[in-house]
Amino acid sequence: MLPELGQFSLILALLLACLLATVPLVGSLTGRDGLQAFARPLAAGQFVFLAVAFGILTHAFMVDDFSVSYVANNSNSMLPWYYKFSAVWGSHEGSLLLWTMILAGWTLAVAIFSRRLPAAMIAQVLAIMGMICVGFLLFMLITSSPFVRILPDVPADGADLNPLLQDFGLIVHPPMLYMGYVGFSVAFAFAIAALINGRLDAAWARWSRPWTTVAWAFLSIGIALGSWWAYYELGWGGWWFWDPVENASLLPWLAGTALVHSLAVTEKRGVFKSWTVLLAILTFSLSLLGAFLVRSGVLTSVHAFASDPERGKFLLALLAITIISSLTLYAFRAPVVHSRVRYGSLSREVFLLLNNVLMMAALLLVLVGTLYPLILDYLDLGRISIGEPFYNLTFSPVAIAVALLMGVGIFSRWKKTDAGWLGKHLLWPAAWSLVIAVLVPLWHGSFEPWAFIGCFAAAWVAVATLQDVWHKSASRHGRWHGAQRQSRSYYGMVLGHLGLAITMAGATVVSNYGIERDVRMSPGDTASIGELQFEFAAIGNREGANFTAQTAQVNVSKNGDPITTLYPEKRQYRVQQSIMTEAGIDGGLFRDLFVALGEQVGDNAWAMRLQYKPLVRWLWLGAIFMAVGGLLAVADKRYRIKEKLPAAKAGAGTKTGAGTGRGTDPGNDSAEVTA
Amino acid sequence: MHAKRKKRLTIVLFLLCGLGVAVALSTYALRQNISLFYDPSQIAAGEAPGEVRIRAGGMVEEGSVKRDLDSLKVNFRVTDYTASVTMQYDGILPDLFAEGQGVVATGRLQPDGVFIADQVLAKHDEQYMPPEVAESLERAAMLKKTVDKPAEGSASGY
Repeated sequence: MLPELGQFSLILALLLACLLATVPLVGSLTGRDGLQAFARPLAAGQFVFLAVAFGILTHAFMVDDFSVSYVANNSNSMLPWYYKFSAVWGSHEGSLLLWTMILAGWTLAVAIFSRRLPAAMIAQVLAIMGMICVGFLLFMLITSSPFVRILPDVPADGADLNPLLQDFGLIVHPPMLYMGYVGFSVAFAFAIAALINGRLDAAWARWSRPWTTVAWAFLSIGIALGSWWAYYELGWGGWWFWDPVENASLLPWLAGTALVHSLAVTEKRGVFKSWTVLLAILTFSLSLLGAFLVRSGVLTSVHAFASDPERGKFLLALLAITIISSLTLYAFRAPVVHSRVRYGSLSREVFLLLNNVLMMAALLLVLVGTLYPLILDYLDLGRISIGEPFYNLTFSPVAIAVALLMGVGIFSRWKKTDAGWLGKHLLWPAAWSLVIAVLVPLWHGSFEPWAFIGCFAAAWVAVATLQDVWHKSASRHGRWHGAQRQSRSYYGMVLGHLGLAITMAGATVVSNYGIERDVRMSPGDTASIGELQFEFAAIGNREGANFTAQTAQVNVSKNGDPITTLYPEKRQYRVQQSIMTEAGIDGGLFRDLFVALGEQVGDNAWAMRLQYKPLVRWLWLGAIFMAVGGLLAVADKRYRIKEKLPAAKAGAGTKTGAGTGRGTDPGNDSAEVTA
Repeated sequence: MHAKRKKRLTIVLFLLCGLGVAVALSTYALRQNISLFYDPSQIAAGEAPGEVRIRAGGMVEEGSVKRDLDSLKVNFRVTDYTASVTMQYDGILPDLFAEGQGVVATGRLQPDGVFIADQVLAKHDEQYMPPEVAESLERAAMLKKTVDKPAEGSASGY
């Protein structure tokens, strides 16, 4: 009975979404306040029914209701309860339900937290989000309902969750990622509403900015979690494979990063308006493209198996409708928008524009690498694959350029920056970065040109950021007082930029100085990496909850002093009979020791992969910095101030340049660009 | 020329430069790093080039896996049931590598016809068949006898 109620509540959610997509929009276009007022209750109702459906599916998993086909395919009575819970989004149908519920959640959040917005605007934003929700609910109900029953032949037990997904990483990775993907729909809805109204002003940018920043923060965490999960769970210590599915999440992140910066310019200076709107459309379209790539089965990857071609067609249609209709609207409305604000060629505006250009270049590279093989295959021109070397060759220089530019951009001012003054400020970062970039290779014992360049770029960003904090916190009343005067969004930016520096440093060092050895070992053998000795002490059997494992004991020592003991495993999961490699990892802030057990290659001999991974944790630490920075920026006071109250108090009096007297602009303050 | 137009021109030129650099870099990198797929029949017919990295795949022949006794070197034959190719690999094979399973390897074809693989992929799901392999088997008209249809809704990620 319950699963049928789940299906009904999906249908009810669809009906409410259809109303939400039309009634408030009609109300706002015809000026009937009564109809507009329906937006908030409808948004709430839509979320409630999706949450009910989600709760019912979760319940079906928890009580092992194998009459539900989705549960039977993705769970098993022996599965621990927390994996039963995460199995709800372990495959296509459930993850789509999670996606749609999160979309409804964002819609509700907009309804709750935007009370001060004009009623017409909020009605339109919610209506547009309702349209997106209609699309996904139709998709779910037509092609992939999670509540389909297997009756009357109910299986005795389930086919189990894919063992790869039985892991903490999977419990949190998809929800975070979806929060990011779907969160960009808010920026999209604001952009479309602004196009409909022809009201693309600084206020519009200020409204959509916090939403975009939060979505971006979640996406950063989601991507980092995916990378971390691949690192320890796929078993072999890689942290980014340029797999098309990973690229599908990187594309909206790159566009979102550009959007966050471009929104800053639009809010502060009222320029780049058309471009910002286009970016908002692009970012959400890339989220949809990601959904299409992952869900349609056009890709071959860990994430995309055994898909139904109907689903692909539906998603492609959804993507096409979104892109074509929003670009048509853009084509008709965007030229209305123009600005008359001047800025010099060394202004912060220009640096942020260059940031956008580089982000677009990076995005284009990843897009080409991801789609080119698909297009060739579709046209029957052969099956090709584009791997890591392509991205290393093209993506890395762009990333370095982003970092170098950022170091300069941090010191730049709105409107105009004096070149001599800028040069003087860059001396210290340049000197420090040079020293660090020379020391790191020396410390690791070999000079690699890419390591030098990467470390220089990372240090450049970090030193420039910290120096900027040092300058801005200078105050007559002491440094602590000065530091307190800076706004939260300023510190958000600082954390975001430091996060990028940390991630870059980690990526550079681990890819240049990581050591990896595949060896054949029997119990009693010792292999060494540099000064580290890995002794294969013993191997034995272990029984897990739903698997049997062969566990090796590996003692690691450095010049005879024991450091740690690692227990890599080879697991055989009973239900699916699949084999999994569980690595033994000794994690640390400065290095990871990583041992993975390969296959048995002789009577008593095993293949082993031994790895030394310097700074690998920094990759994900950087993402945490970025996400915390994003959330801090959103917590800024000015987003909670009622009317157009200038937040100028926070600035440290750093205004320079032409000073054309835009005093009426709220927050006309050079210290407040958010990362 | 107006200052405003001049600025617009500069911006457009900047954008074009960025785009140009991106396009140039990516076409160059693409030319270097594309690897095409060949099946054993094509390799036997001499259609595969010897100098560049290619991908090759098929089913691992029963009884063909031979391991070296004191290193991780391994030899095996990959077949599409009309022709087969010998592959050599030094390293750890993926968990799902087994005789009778589909694999895709990336590497270089040697003049003596041995394929030296630097990467061997077998997918994470035992019911899953790499599409390249499925296609080449179809061509060899053997698909019915060797693989069942992949089961609906078999484990997927996310």
